[in-house]
Amino acid sequence: MLSRVADSLYWMSRYAERAENIARILDVNLQLMLDLPKLGPAEQKTLWEPVLRSTGDHVDFFEYHKEASSDNVIEFLTLNPKNPNSILNCLTASRENARHVREQISLEMWEEINRIYLWIKSQTLKKIVRQGPYEFFSQVKNASHLFQGITDGTMTHGEDWDFIQVGKYLERADMTTRILDANDEIFVSKPAVTQTAGTLHWSAILRSCSSHDSYRKFYVAQVEPDKVVEFLILNEFFPRSIRFCAQSLNDALRRISGCKEEHFTNLAEKLAGRLVSELNYSALEDIKTVGMHTYMDDLQIKLNGIGEAIFQAYLFSPPLPLPESEPKPEPAPGKAQGQSQKQGKATAAA
Amino acid sequence: MALLDKYHPGDFFDEMFAAEGEVRPHYATLHERFQQLDREEFEQRRQAVDAAFLRQGITFTVYSDEQGTERIFPFDLVPRIIPNAEWTKIEAGLVQRLRALNLFLKDIYFDQRIIKEKVVPVEDIISAKHYRPEMRHVEVPRDIYIHICGSDMVRDREGTYFVLEDNGRCPSGVSYLLENRVAMKRAFPNLFGSVGVRPVAHYTQDLLTVLQYIAPPNGRNSPTVVLLTPGIYNSAYFEHSFLARQMGIQIVEGQDLVVRDKKVYMRTTKGLEQVDTIYRRLDDDFLDPLVFRKDSILGVPGLVEAYRAGNVSLANAIGTGVADDKVIYKYVPDMIRFYLSEEPILANVPTYLASNPKECEYIVTHLDKLVVKSANESGGYGMLVGPASTHSQRADFKAKILENPRNFIAQPTLNLSRHPSYCDGKFEGRHVDLRPYILYGEKISIIPGGLTRVALRKGSLVVNSSQGGGSKDTWVLYGDS
Repeated sequence: MLSRVADSLYWMSRYAERAENIARILDVNLQLMLDLPKLGPAEQKTLWEPVLRSTGDHVDFFEYHKEASSDNVIEFLTLNPKNPNSILNCLTASRENARHVREQISLEMWEEINRIYLWIKSQTLKKIVRQGPYEFFSQVKNASHLFQGITDGTMTHGEDWDFIQVGKYLERADMTTRILDANDEIFVSKPAVTQTAGTLHWSAILRSCSSHDSYRKFYVAQVEPDKVVEFLILNEFFPRSIRFCAQSLNDALRRISGCKEEHFTNLAEKLAGRLVSELNYSALEDIKTVGMHTYMDDLQIKLNGIGEAIFQAYLFSPPLPLPESEPKPEPAPGKAQGQSQKQGKATAAA
Repeated sequence: MALLDKYHPGDFFDEMFAAEGEVRPHYATLHERFQQLDREEFEQRRQAVDAAFLRQGITFTVYSDEQGTERIFPFDLVPRIIPNAEWTKIEAGLVQRLRALNLFLKDIYFDQRIIKEKVVPVEDIISAKHYRPEMRHVEVPRDIYIHICGSDMVRDREGTYFVLEDNGRCPSGVSYLLENRVAMKRAFPNLFGSVGVRPVAHYTQDLLTVLQYIAPPNGRNSPTVVLLTPGIYNSAYFEHSFLARQMGIQIVEGQDLVVRDKKVYMRTTKGLEQVDTIYRRLDDDFLDPLVFRKDSILGVPGLVEAYRAGNVSLANAIGTGVADDKVIYKYVPDMIRFYLSEEPILANVPTYLASNPKECEYIVTHLDKLVVKSANESGGYGMLVGPASTHSQRADFKAKILENPRNFIAQPTLNLSRHPSYCDGKFEGRHVDLRPYILYGEKISIIPGGLTRVALRKGSLVVNSSQGGGSKDTWVLYGDS
């Protein structure tokens, strides 16, 4: 498979997943606010700032706005054409990458990503408000689920499909670390946090990861911060836990190269395998010992490292030297060194 | 009232009507079925087809628009029909023409007999913008230069077919032909059986066969064929990706290919993989910055060297543009006589060369009656339609012609045939042309029909999509009615 094709499949998948995650985070936060007493600007700000940190947009956002309110955060993260992480731009980027590899993906996949693109191009903030943001967010989430389902159901599960999985799980793991990191203060028990308000928050975080029902089923218990952390990081079977994502990512990388477990043929496999082992042999106490914030930063550094290693191993081909006898041409076209498409997020660890 | 009751063919050759109310026999079944539709039904089907094109992303990019707007290529639901006997003659004429053009290319890049015997003046060849001296004495696989040709044909007031130009570089539009057929089958499924329409869907298979046929012998089992595109922002990108998908081959950009030891490879996730045939949708100028335009970032450094060494095949060959030149066009009937000792089956449109002083005099004094074209432009650019021009446009062209006579030719303004087309809720006559697609591999084959382009603007003679043109499905019948 062409490196360029693998690159486009990977980013097509990442951007679709990102759009879904942003829709879910916004949706949950809006619903959370409905459960709280009427909020002044200061309270609104405390509720929206973690959202902006989760998506990695807090720096960019405050260049345009003084205060974070429901209206301006939603505008910024849904249809704002200047924000590379707005849902509009994520879906556009996903579709643009799909267009690049249209002959590689199934017709059904193309039509679905093209449909959601045409749909979001036709949206306005007014429309979103009128029909209720819930409707808008559920359209985005459903489109992503449909796209992933169509991908699994209509595409050959070969190397190209595996690159789609790599993109999807890397993005998902990344987003889960960001959500936990952005909300780390509410895991530190403060006397001011009442039990009810705390439960609301922790539940909101679970719902941001689509994991509320799974959590209940797994623990059959109250929502407690420790268990929330344990579930979202270390659960073996929940498809959005970091451990599950790391495992799936590692599996996909091994299918691509044909390298068996416990071995590695490139840096990406080495780092992914190491991360899986670490998560497999970790418990909640280990996280608490280092502290949530440090632990999440460390995870993000590792995930970024895997992303960069994948890029070096598969997606990027260094320009080859030209035959000496020929006159020297213009500088070779193509990608600059480093990951080819901007991640569009400030790395928390940076 | 039925849909076509108030239709006036006007003072033109109308494809469907011999005279007002008098339907040509090969349109009879279609006409009858259309008359049973009411306006609302027709409008619904039209909207369904447009929506399907948009959903499938069958669009082209509008260059002038900063938003990168994608538009669908307007599609007219009334198909153009060609009876079998008429098609058989067109087919024979196009095959003859392509054989002659190909022998011409082989000749001018090797022995130049046609120049020595003074059939074509040497100046006209050397001055052709797309003549490539780099191709002198370079053997091309199986001596075929133009593998894919898209000739433009028109009919005059009497209904006679003329070849207007031979597109022997990178003719585009075949994907629209194929998609138009799919759309028509969805919109009018029952019509096809009752009318008896020859299929077109085998085109991509035939194209792949040609591309494999011309591959250099490599000792491996099956040749690797790729399609080279300028990239996603090219207005024909949809077509490139469509053809690659239909053939099941890789679509590559220049940056995906690399030349090592005069062999071409693509960069894959598993390392380098050798390429045998490149179906390039990139003009000669951009192919290789080491040989042609130095500023091309779309091409592959070293590609021409690999091609000359016989390690990779290109379709079409480099240097075919000389046969595409509108000055050289004038000599095609002479080429047919010279190389094949046959009389041309299809006529050329009479052509005046501004480089000939006598003809130039005629051109500049009859600008209001002629169509002037620059020798190497395409897409309907660089053109003056005399009868529709203003005084200042003519003055402007006169100056341009006198400044660079080699670059201009003129032809009488043809009264192009018209076809009923659906415009703003009613049927009106609009001018049409026909672009058949010809493939040259082990033998020459043409898919029945071609792309019928229609000038949807009232009175317009320009069918190009960049100038408000649309297209129609083209039906070649099994029989004659």
